[in-house]
Amino acid sequence: MVPLSYYLVLSGILFACGVTGFIIKRNIITIFMSIELMLNGVNLSFVAFAANWKALSGQVFVFFVMVVAAAEAAVGLAIIIAVYRNRETLNVDRVNLLKL
Amino acid sequence: MLHLIIFLVFAAVCIAGAVSLLVQRHPINSALSLIAVMVSLAVEYLLLGAEFVAAVQVIVYAGAIMVLFVFVIMLLNAGVEERTLGSRVATIFGIPAMLVGSGLLAWVLVQRSGTGSVAAGALWGDPQKIAQLLFHEFLLPFEVTSVLVLIAIMGAVVLASRPDQAQPGKKEG
Repeated sequence: MVPLSYYLVLSGILFACGVTGFIIKRNIITIFMSIELMLNGVNLSFVAFAANWKALSGQVFVFFVMVVAAAEAAVGLAIIIAVYRNRETLNVDRVNLLKL
Repeated sequence: MLHLIIFLVFAAVCIAGAVSLLVQRHPINSALSLIAVMVSLAVEYLLLGAEFVAAVQVIVYAGAIMVLFVFVIMLLNAGVEERTLGSRVATIFGIPAMLVGSGLLAWVLVQRSGTGSVAAGALWGDPQKIAQLLFHEFLLPFEVTSVLVLIAIMGAVVLASRPDQAQPGKKEG
């Protein structure tokens, strides 16, 4: 028997790590990975609440989150490739002008 | 008791991977840390009885999405992250803010989330039951997500193709 709060605390810690990575990282790919980490933390709390309240809808919702994450990864990485082609850099501090 | 021990071991692996993602300077090391986080999360899902979600987590997240990340890192030949003034300021303020934030979050969750606990196999999320829900109650969201994925595929192809090769079949003039 694991208390529900343990799962929620783990999910909160993962989300906090994701937010921190989003703030402190300067490589655009690593920033993107931090977003995936946040989505994973949220998924864990979905599954934990589904098990706590005996409702399978929470697990179904995880699939929708995964689909959105996959779509986001595909489009986001394509944008990263396009940015790299124009700027020759992956550092977000150097991508600070709208015009080329 | 065994249940709790397995939970704690894989939660430790999970948090170690997440911290390693933040500490590593090279993107490929961050990507491998993220894979460790996702696989240990799949074990946590198994503990919660969500066996199908655990399988999909390994196949889709640790498999497909992370392969995409590693592929892009290798394609762009991403090197070690460079330090700038902005990243130092963000580190000085970001790390304490994360510690305070996650401490507060953990305290509130432990205080307010009640005394509910999850037994092993309390809810068995086998593929049959999930399919029943997904294709009956959630049929409309399912179809809408299929359209979303189609749009995402087309957007990725358009964005990643070179501008001068965007329409190879089109004749000039």
